[in-house]
Amino acid sequence: MNILLLLLIIPALTLAGLFLSRGKQQPRVVAALGMGLQFLAAFYLLFSYLRERAQGNAADMLFTSSYDWYTPLNISLDLGVDGVSVALILLTSIVILAGVLISWQMEDLPKEFFISLITLGTGVFGFFICIDLFSMFLFYELAVVPMYLLIGIWGSGPKEYAAMKLTLMLMAGSAFLLVGMLGLYFFSSGPADEHTFNIMEIAASGIPVEMQRIFFPLTFIGFGVLGALFPFHTWSPDGHSSAPTAVSMLGGYGCFRVAIFLMPQAAAELSWIFIILTGFSVIYGAFGAIRQTDLKYINAYSSVSHCGLVLFAILMLNKTAFNGAILQMISHGLMTALFFALIGMMYERTHTRIVQEMGGLLKVLPFISACYVIAGLASLGLPGLSGFVAELSIFVGAFENPDTFHRFWTILSVSAIVVTAVYILRVVGTMLMGPLKEASHASLAPASWYEKTGALLLVIPIAGIGLAPLWLSDMIQFSLAPIMRQLGF
Amino acid sequence: MKWDDILLMRHELQLLAVILIVTCTEIYLTGKDKARVVPFAIALFTLHMVAGWIKPEEGMWFGGMFRTTPLIHMRKNILDLGVLIVLLQTAGWVKKQLVDENRVSEFYLLLWSSLLGMYYMISSGDLLMLFLGLELSTLPIAALAAYEVIRLRSAESGIKLILSAGLASAITLMGISFLYGSTGTYAIPELIKILSGTSLENLGFLFFFAGLAFKISLVPFHFWTPDVYEGAPTGVAAYLSVVSKGSAVFILMILLLGLTPGGMTEIWTWTLYVLAILTMTIGNLFALRQRNLKRFLAFSSVAQAGFILLGFFSTGPDGMASIIYFVLVYIFSNLAAFGVVHAISVETGKEDIGDYDGLYRANPLLSLVMLLAVFSLAGIPPLAGFFGKFFLFMSVASAGMYVLLFIAVVNTVVSLYYYLLVVRAMFLRKSEAPLAYFKSDAWMRASLVICVIGILALGVWSGVYEYIYQLCV
Repeated sequence: MNILLLLLIIPALTLAGLFLSRGKQQPRVVAALGMGLQFLAAFYLLFSYLRERAQGNAADMLFTSSYDWYTPLNISLDLGVDGVSVALILLTSIVILAGVLISWQMEDLPKEFFISLITLGTGVFGFFICIDLFSMFLFYELAVVPMYLLIGIWGSGPKEYAAMKLTLMLMAGSAFLLVGMLGLYFFSSGPADEHTFNIMEIAASGIPVEMQRIFFPLTFIGFGVLGALFPFHTWSPDGHSSAPTAVSMLGGYGCFRVAIFLMPQAAAELSWIFIILTGFSVIYGAFGAIRQTDLKYINAYSSVSHCGLVLFAILMLNKTAFNGAILQMISHGLMTALFFALIGMMYERTHTRIVQEMGGLLKVLPFISACYVIAGLASLGLPGLSGFVAELSIFVGAFENPDTFHRFWTILSVSAIVVTAVYILRVVGTMLMGPLKEASHASLAPASWYEKTGALLLVIPIAGIGLAPLWLSDMIQFSLAPIMRQLGF
Repeated sequence: MKWDDILLMRHELQLLAVILIVTCTEIYLTGKDKARVVPFAIALFTLHMVAGWIKPEEGMWFGGMFRTTPLIHMRKNILDLGVLIVLLQTAGWVKKQLVDENRVSEFYLLLWSSLLGMYYMISSGDLLMLFLGLELSTLPIAALAAYEVIRLRSAESGIKLILSAGLASAITLMGISFLYGSTGTYAIPELIKILSGTSLENLGFLFFFAGLAFKISLVPFHFWTPDVYEGAPTGVAAYLSVVSKGSAVFILMILLLGLTPGGMTEIWTWTLYVLAILTMTIGNLFALRQRNLKRFLAFSSVAQAGFILLGFFSTGPDGMASIIYFVLVYIFSNLAAFGVVHAISVETGKEDIGDYDGLYRANPLLSLVMLLAVFSLAGIPPLAGFFGKFFLFMSVASAGMYVLLFIAVVNTVVSLYYYLLVVRAMFLRKSEAPLAYFKSDAWMRASLVICVIGILALGVWSGVYEYIYQLCV
């Protein structure tokens, strides 16, 4: 059996198990077991992938298989992975498992929580392992809709508003996407001159340039909404919470794999529009974060900035920047998940998320605070952590474009790093260092085993990638060959 | 006349037999025993439905006035399925309300007569036959809408329906007479040959179309929909929104795709283009502010009718297949939603969306069915509604109408908002006084199980679509 199919079957079985489970204990055990198994399967995929490559298999996509679905319309479920998707599958499995662990003590409707979370996870996994537009779109929407329940039921603050806004904005994004995707289908020609959804076949046959000019913006905006592309980022500050971070990777990956890969000429022609927009995202997000006092909003704006950087890098259209973009996706995915997990833990104990109301937490919550510092340092790009590797590659890649326009926006974006340092260090200083501000905070409960495990699951890869980035970036670089071929390099 | 010819009219004759048997049976039952008619009627109808699937034949009868093909068989079977689900959903209500009033078999008589009219409508090879079918299918529904005569709203709903339906029929008849006047024939196969697209013919078509548009409740012929749905018994509203609408869509297919081989003429393309946009948009905008769930579902069904129109733009078999498939999917999704509304309204008498606050915590299974139903209506994967809408969008895209496609897709996002309002009430909100837990009767549960299976399986399993597609080629 195809190993990729396994990655869809495990979540499906987990969901079935969750439906049958009862009480508080059973659902979380089922969810943890299922996602633990998925985690192992993702590692197995990684090793099988590396083994195949080591044996000299240089195909664009590995483990490909095609299952007929709607034959009259030539729709099939096409599976396949390259280095980029393997890395992102690994990331997703880590983030979802950590998500299950940190939600271990879910009091309110635990079974429904895990069902929603794992449905979302299924969507993300499916999106990464499919190489046909129909299934990718299906899984994309499958990942978006559970967020309505996740934020609406278990979120905090104005959650009904946030949930509705996020769902509608992302679905509006998918409206653009659907039009772009059907356009690609009807202007494609497969091996037997039929229309096809398979992205490798579309890439091989090519799309007429005048059509690319119409469908590239649609597709890029469609995925860009999920990647918090300015001015479609407004869902992000309200909607972000720990659970949906796995989903924000879909946006960058979709832009990379669908918009740029299938429509390279239009991408080269029209990238300037989106470079301006993503440049805005990067700077706007960073400055937005400075002004916030609520931890959740600080990190949500910071996430807008980082996601903007991912899209910015993708639009640089060269190998180094692509590599940086993928690394940034992974790094950002881990970091944001860690941030929101930690914020959740702190909120549970202190019942506040306002930075000024906390102080000296490092003394009472050493583990959580230390993890927060690590996440913060990774976020501002300290060498030795994952953020540095990613951002360095992005800016080196961006500087490879010699013209003034690219230079100008690159320099502007680089300056966002300085701003990032300001808001990260300020939070660390106010909230974690110094004397204890609130007397009641002196007796806060230390992190429990599931919180520690969940956080460590995220901290270890952040440090791991920072210290030994080469294997990962080699794996990604190797898989950039097809897209570079498309771009004509 | 041969024995084989009678078999062609199998659906109609069977149903007629079922009607007569049920009506006669009631004579022998008195008082409380009349409740036994309900299971008997459902059993007979199930038998009829199953028999409908036996080997479809192709042929004509009565000099071409009646014709049938495997595709027409399929359409009748789809309607049968919808009616069966409606029968299951109304069983509890019939037993609770109608037995005492001694009006049980009449309910079935009227419902099935209207179905019989639809059969003839779908099978007609002749405009007069079509008109007879149309009348037979509409008039009994007006009686059904007013079935709870004691309630003022029900009586009002019946009057509204019969007045608007009367107007629509008159216009249709006018259209038919124009067509007859300009071509000199009623027979559809001959019409196809003679039609040359003169203004009189176009006008005739337009009038004819208006009558059908009324039944599908396309904008601007939709004004009766919310009032009638709200007043009519819920089961009847469900029947109106699904079966009656489905049958009219099937006729429209015969009319537009059958009478204009090789694609619609330009006039029709643009008429439908505008109507599709209007219907989707206005249906959606009005649905946004509804508090009563039956009115809400009425406007949502207006919007869905707009989506159905999208399938008409494709010239290939995929357009036709996507319409039939969507109607099938719509039967399951919409009837699941109506079923839940019906169950709650029969049990508690409440139909306001505010009453659904915190429903999930009180009655999880019912809320789950409703969740699946509205998500399927909104087109969320992997539910059947997603595939249904996707194929309709594909047929628009295949005609190269990307602007229409974009408007349609944006409309699905708008519709998602109000479908999510239902989810919000059930799942996100908490209520001081939620509806108490209750267990609906076995018939209702059976109907909801059928709907849920349909919603879950129809999309992921491609067999049904492929079967329909083969019939359409």
